[in-house]
Amino acid sequence: MLSPVILIPAILNGLLTGAVYALIALGLTLIYGVLHIINFAHGALLTAALFAAYFTQKLFGIDPYLAAFALAPLFFVLGYALQRFVIGPASHGDDRNMLLVTLGLAVIIENALLYAFHADTRTIDVRYSFETIAVGGSFLALPRVIGLGAVLIVALLLWALLRLTDTGKAIRAVAKEKLGAELSGIDVAHIYAMTFGLGTACLAVAACLLIPTYYVNPHVGNAFVLVAFTIVVLGGMGSVPGALIGGLFIGVVESLSGLYLGESLGQIGIFLIFILVLLVRPSGLFGERA
Amino acid sequence: MRRLAMIVLVVAVLAAVPFTEASNAVLNFLVVALLIALAGQGWNVLGGYGGQYSFGHAAFFGTGAYVTAVLQVRYGVNAWLAFALGIAAGALVGAVIGALTFRSGLRGSYFALVTLAFAEVLRIVASVAPITGAGVGTLIKLDLRHEALQFQSRAVFYWAILGLVALSLVIAWAIEHSRFGAWLTAVRENEDAARALGVDATRVKLGAMTLSAAITAAAGCFYAQYFLFIDAGIAYGPWISVEALLTAIIGGAGTIFGPLFGALLVRLLGEAARLVTGDAPGLDLVIYGAALVLVVAFAPRGLMGIVADIRSAFRRPAPRPTAEAAGG
Repeated sequence: MLSPVILIPAILNGLLTGAVYALIALGLTLIYGVLHIINFAHGALLTAALFAAYFTQKLFGIDPYLAAFALAPLFFVLGYALQRFVIGPASHGDDRNMLLVTLGLAVIIENALLYAFHADTRTIDVRYSFETIAVGGSFLALPRVIGLGAVLIVALLLWALLRLTDTGKAIRAVAKEKLGAELSGIDVAHIYAMTFGLGTACLAVAACLLIPTYYVNPHVGNAFVLVAFTIVVLGGMGSVPGALIGGLFIGVVESLSGLYLGESLGQIGIFLIFILVLLVRPSGLFGERA
Repeated sequence: MRRLAMIVLVVAVLAAVPFTEASNAVLNFLVVALLIALAGQGWNVLGGYGGQYSFGHAAFFGTGAYVTAVLQVRYGVNAWLAFALGIAAGALVGAVIGALTFRSGLRGSYFALVTLAFAEVLRIVASVAPITGAGVGTLIKLDLRHEALQFQSRAVFYWAILGLVALSLVIAWAIEHSRFGAWLTAVRENEDAARALGVDATRVKLGAMTLSAAITAAAGCFYAQYFLFIDAGIAYGPWISVEALLTAIIGGAGTIFGPLFGALLVRLLGEAARLVTGDAPGLDLVIYGAALVLVVAFAPRGLMGIVADIRSAFRRPAPRPTAEAAGG
């Protein structure tokens, strides 16, 4: 066994990583909750967002945390347009087709980025990249602490949007009963696209939080998205609190299994949880019984 | 019987290619295209006829490839036997994953996810386990003897993969003409209704998945034998999951010839992209992805659907719909 001196920082760091995972999973679960499909383009869109955050810093010198305020609306529009004009019309209302179209988009986005920027791994330099703060005897990276705060704020905003606005009400209505919502005059195609846009905007924020301490290359999104799938399945597909708690939990699991099993096998721990949950309780911890 | 005659005709035409002035580059292209067609036909059995969209057929391809290679390299097993055992191992993996997922009632998105996850787990295990050669990969020794299932001439390899593809076409034909195939299609169209009519949906899907895995595993076995090298990224990488699905969907899911024509078209597009851009990676896959989206959007029945539409457009308008026209 390891001593608490190592264990406690590992858990805290796991929670900080988990916060960003949670934000990525939040976008995924939101889309699943309303459209009832898994967005296989989520990882590729995250990669695109990371590139966007990288280039706004490199080309214009804009701090990633500030860039989030511009990139989130931009990616909202991108997500909205993708669902409204590509995924929706292309899949003719068939769930299996939606899976295929999002998979196709993932292949397109990922490889277009590969073609444009090659496989190089890129990082940015900001002065606070390596700053740390001491919390109860363990040192935590400042950008990741900021990340945790930002994730909580985004989650709160999202919650408020879903609870307090008319659009939020419409989104929840479509999630619960699509036909009923349509009959009461809600434009389902518009709500689908709004939801997809919100999920994609979450990715833009996540990318801006990640880029100060992480790197970007055309395949980077895949690593995150498989973790995000696990979180969404664990927390219950479509459940927002499930995504948050699942994200934090998976962050800790990854940190601890990395500590005990080593970096590459640490990932297997996550997949085993994933497969186990899917087989034993596919509705997840917080989801309704499928 | 007309379909069976078509299979004979198509295979005969393809078998004649080495007798023409075809260069090694052309043969090599065709070998790879047929390999993908075989993997795609495996996907088609489960996804096309059964409606269960797997995003992780790499699990079977990789198992076939690794079992073939590792048995030869580490245990000195005869290549032909290793090839057969590779197919059997792939089928076994398919049966296990199928038993786990179908018994828990996973469908649609969930099924796609869980197959993807299994393929990823296998990829990670293969990239660290010593028996697979871990990160270095496994190299099969060059040994150009028939006993070692390696051939001096590319044409023999070509006929070998063509033979496997022909077999897979006949399997697809047999599925279309069997009770099992009728059950499988019923499950695809409406699983709950099929169950209500007494179809044991879980067993039917499990059978389809095992057969599907065996066919895709055969493609993996052949890959190992042809290229003599595999690593985790090749064998269990997402590329083969995507290509198997892509060829079947683009060619026409749930048709006999869909995966074969899909693979030829997709690979041709990829070659064309490479001609235009040189060796810059990425563009060929962009085209694959775009083709997938376009086919789903505008030609939901794939190439075979387009062919059927053209044929019916040229046919004299029938006074009333016939049973044959409804058969698609």
